[in-house]
This record gives sequence, C-alpha cells and structure tokens, in this order.
Amino acid sequence: MLSLISKRLLLVIPNLIGVVIITFLLTRALPGDPAAYFAGPAADKQAIEQIRVKLGLDKPLIVQFGRYVADLASGDLGNSLTTGQPVVTEIKNRLPASAELTLFGLIISIVIAVPLGILAAVKQGSWVDHTCRVVATAGVSLPVFFTGLLLVYVFYFLLGWSPAPLGRIDVFFSPPTQITGFYLIDSVLTGNLGSFRAALSQLLLPGLTLGIFSLAPIARMTRASMLAVLASDFVRTARASGLDSRTVILTYAFRNAMLPVVTTLGMVFSFLLGANVLVEKVFAWPGIGSYAVEALISSDFAPVQGFVLTMAVLYVVLNLIIDILYGVIDPRVRLEG
Amino acid sequence: MTDTTLPTAPPAAKVESNSIFRHARYVIAENPVTGLAFALFMLIALAALLGPYIVPHDPLASDTAATLHPPSFKHWFGTDQLGRDIFSRVVVATRLDFIIALASVALVFAMGGLAGIAAGFFGGWTDRIVGRISDTIMAFPLFVLAMGIVAALGNTVTNIVLATAIINFPLYVRVARAEANVRRDAGFVQAARLSGNGDFRILLAHILPNIMPIMMVQISLTMGYAILNAAGLSFIGLGVRPPTPEWGIMVAEGAGNIISGEWWIALFPGAALMIAVFCFNLLGDGLRDLVDPQRRT
Repeated sequence: MLSLISKRLLLVIPNLIGVVIITFLLTRALPGDPAAYFAGPAADKQAIEQIRVKLGLDKPLIVQFGRYVADLASGDLGNSLTTGQPVVTEIKNRLPASAELTLFGLIISIVIAVPLGILAAVKQGSWVDHTCRVVATAGVSLPVFFTGLLLVYVFYFLLGWSPAPLGRIDVFFSPPTQITGFYLIDSVLTGNLGSFRAALSQLLLPGLTLGIFSLAPIARMTRASMLAVLASDFVRTARASGLDSRTVILTYAFRNAMLPVVTTLGMVFSFLLGANVLVEKVFAWPGIGSYAVEALISSDFAPVQGFVLTMAVLYVVLNLIIDILYGVIDPRVRLEG
Repeated sequence: MTDTTLPTAPPAAKVESNSIFRHARYVIAENPVTGLAFALFMLIALAALLGPYIVPHDPLASDTAATLHPPSFKHWFGTDQLGRDIFSRVVVATRLDFIIALASVALVFAMGGLAGIAAGFFGGWTDRIVGRISDTIMAFPLFVLAMGIVAALGNTVTNIVLATAIINFPLYVRVARAEANVRRDAGFVQAARLSGNGDFRILLAHILPNIMPIMMVQISLTMGYAILNAAGLSFIGLGVRPPTPEWGIMVAEGAGNIISGEWWIALFPGAALMIAVFCFNLLGDGLRDLVDPQRRT
C-alpha cells in the first residue's frame, strides 16, 4: 500500500509542474503590456518602467519563471488590484464555502445515482432502466446555471419553501464559530441547531443543482459496470449456490462494480469544480468561484490566476485520493503497486 | 475495434453504402429518438441559417412601453427589461451559438485529431509529447482552465472558441490515437507504403479517411459540450458582450428577474440551450450506434 502511494505521489509531480508552467504562461499571455496593465490607466511612461523592473518583467522569461515558482513556494499569489488584499488569504477564507458546496452536491448525486444505476442494471429494460437513461441524458444536457435558476423559481418564488438565494446563511443568523469552515459541521460541533437549519436550507438548492449535474456520469457508469459484473461467472456461481438475490447483488456484484465508478469520480470532480463556479454565481455563494468571477469582470487578473491554480492543485490532489481509494478497495491494484 | 478493412473497390462501395442506409434505417427504427434528434438538428440548422430573416421583431430594438411583458400573442416568449422581443432574440442567437460550437469543434478536430493520429502512427517521441500535453490539460478542471485562458488571452468570442477547443483537445487525441494505432500496420497501410507513399501522405490520405466515422461521432458528442461550455463562459460575463443575443448571456440577463417571478426572460434561452445540447448528445449516441454497434450502452 505504501509503495502504491509513493509511486502515485511521484506521478503527481509532472502534473504539478505542467500546471505551474501553464498558469505562468497564462499570466504572461495577458493582452498588451503586463507592466502597463499593473500600473493602471493613469500611469506615465516612467511609472510603467518602474513597475516593469519591480515585477521583474525586464528579465528573460526563464528568470521570470524562477521568480514565479519562488513566489508560489512562499505562498504568494499576488494582490488583488481592486481590494488590495493578498489573493492567498482571500482564497483561504472562501475555500471552505466552495468545498462544502461541492462535497454536498457530490453526496446528493451519489445517494441518488448509485441506487438508480444498480436498479437499472438489475431490472434491465424496465421503467427504472428507461428513467435512468433519460435522467442520464437529460443530466448532461442541462446547463447547470439554468437548472439552478429553475430550482430557485420553483422552490423560492412559487412554493416559498426555500430562502432567498443569497449566500451561505440567512442574515438573521450568525454563522457558527469557525472550526472546520464547513457551516454544517461547525454548527453541529457547537450545538447550534438554529444555525444548522439556516445553513442547510441555504445549501440545499445549490447542492441539489450540482447533484443533478453530476448525476448522469455516476448513474451511467454504475449501470454499465453492474451489468458487466452481473453477467460474470462468479455471480452466476453465487446464484447457482442458492444465495438470495440481495446478497448476490449487494455483496458480490456491487462491491466489484464499484471500482469503475470510483474511477469515474475523477471526471465527475472535473465537471463539479467547473460547475461550481456557475452555481456560485447563481446563488451568490461566497466561495472562490464567485471571487474569480467578480475579479474577471473588473479585469483583475491575480485572483483569477490564483483561483485557476488552486482549482488545478485541488483537482490533482483529489485524483490522487481517488487512486489511493482504488487501492484500498481493490487488493489487486495494491499488489501491482 | 480491430478491423483492418481493405480499401473498398468502387462496385463494393456501392453495396456498402446501400447496407449503411439499411443499417441507418434499422437504427432509426430501433431507436426513434435518433430520428427526433435529427429533426431537431435540422430545425436548429434552419434557425441558424435563416434566423435573422424570419423573426417577427428586431432582436436589438428596445421598446420602453413594453418592458417585462409575459408571453403573449404579440410577443411569443415575452419581452425583457428593455422591451426586446425574446422570441426573436432566442432565434437569432442560434447562429452565434452554433458558429462558436462549430468553429471550436473544427479547430480541435484539426489540432487534436491530427496530433492524435500522428501520436498513434509514429509512436515514440511524438506520442510522448502529445501525451504529455494532453495530460497537462487534463490536470485542470476543464471549465476552470477555459476561464483562465479567456481571462488571459482577452475577453473575445475568438478566445472562447480557442479555449473550448483547447479543453476538448485530450478527448480528440485519445480517440484519434487509439484508432490510428490499431491501423498503423494494417494491410492497406503496408500496401500504400509499398506503392511509395510517404508517411504524411499515408496519414492524411489513408488513415484519416478510415477513422473519420469514429471522429464524426466524437464531433457530434462534443458539439453539445462546446455549446454548454461557451454558454457557461458568457453566463459569467466572458466573451459575448451585451446587447448581442446569445443564449448564455440572455439567461444571465434574466437571472435577476427569476426571484421576482419574471421567469420567461431566462427560461426560453435556457430551454433553447438545453434542447440544442440534448439534440447533439442524442445525435452522437445515434451516430455511434450506426458506426460502432458494439459500443452501445
């Protein structure tokens, strides 16, 4: 197991190098002169030249890259032009909001998609199977921002069940004392039930939006992989030995069918992290996605770059965790490693 | 997919195209949804071609006397904050969305398709370099990378097309590489080489036409994704600028009115978007059944 993890960690390094090179190239590809851009519209020639030297833009590209890597290593992502705040602190403060939303959405979609996929495979050709197919195709076709708006219209405007889609917690409630940064967990830990309910009611709609979005690949994969496993010899043997279908499906088939589903989670995370940005904009969620969108609109590049880098690093780490999880579930992978 | 089809002689090609039509009829009869998807596709293509000439109102003309009207006989989809006719805007927007998706798919087909074929055919260093570029792109959550690219290169429609092409690059490379790889030593390739064709000629004139069917499936499947991606980018304010009619930006314009109950501003462009993506996904699935029956799910 340890050798698997260390081997996998080695594979992460070229990925991280690639990510850093791309984000560096993205800063240098800024249209026009970056020095003039950072100096602001009112700066004269001399001021621009000063900024150029200060930012090291007069040095060769490779030296600039070295500086960039050194800055990253010391945790410096630059300052936001509009707020003047360091990008790192802002991202650190907003990350829990995004993480809570993304994980909540993932949990919702797993809870719905996995049983749906299993049922569709077990009762192949039945109405469950057709529902699964329609849900899977519709799920990938729905623009995530559109689903979010529809849910807001139905559950906030028409039914009035849900609070206004503005942020993580109602203004009348104070957020729970920060422990993990996840409002749901923090409010449980501090025993603050009112806050828990308020935070949950705000989280439900955006979480559902993300859940609907990522439902499709998980349901599709569960179905396909369950079908393959159900047709295999060991399942037939288990059936022939007279085990009841519950044991056969859940213990024998499902455990083996989970492996490809865990692999798909990597792709699902790629979708989720991107969709997160759109959902955060719809629900005015104070996460890193809406931070990046606000910065984009005011052409403030440092936060966008910090955001892209954070997301990429998060994604690489998530993929690493998924691979390790794969080794935990499947002993064969561990032996190879 | 390990077929090593010999180049078909003209009379045999006729028989084959006949059987393809029969197969197509069979697939459509088996799955009428594909037929529906094709009809939808024709409708979208028609709207993209003729949209600006057939709409009842000027998509840019505002009418301050008729703002925020719900759908009525005069304005089928209602009017927005500036009194512009939403039906006309949705129809006219088809062309722009369609062109963005088509251009980005064509671009990624040229870049990713060719890089993938070369990687699968030559192997070695070409394969390693192309593979490394794909892996690096895949290391990002794709929509986030697209945001970063558009933010860095400048907020224009061209860059939306470019960004959408770049994030689809790995998909095309993977398919083209695998397909080219199984054909690199096929009989028809060896025959072409023996007749004195160079590597590039073999790639472009012999291998590329053979993998076109599979690539067409890929193109249809990624068209939907390209439309979604471009609309998502314009929803957060990148690329297309108001007042240009475009589905993503129209949903964004209507987003604020959802909580006060004016649902029609965001609903109709959003529904158009959904139908277009749905259509391309179904079409892709149908084409795959046609080209590669074994991969049906």
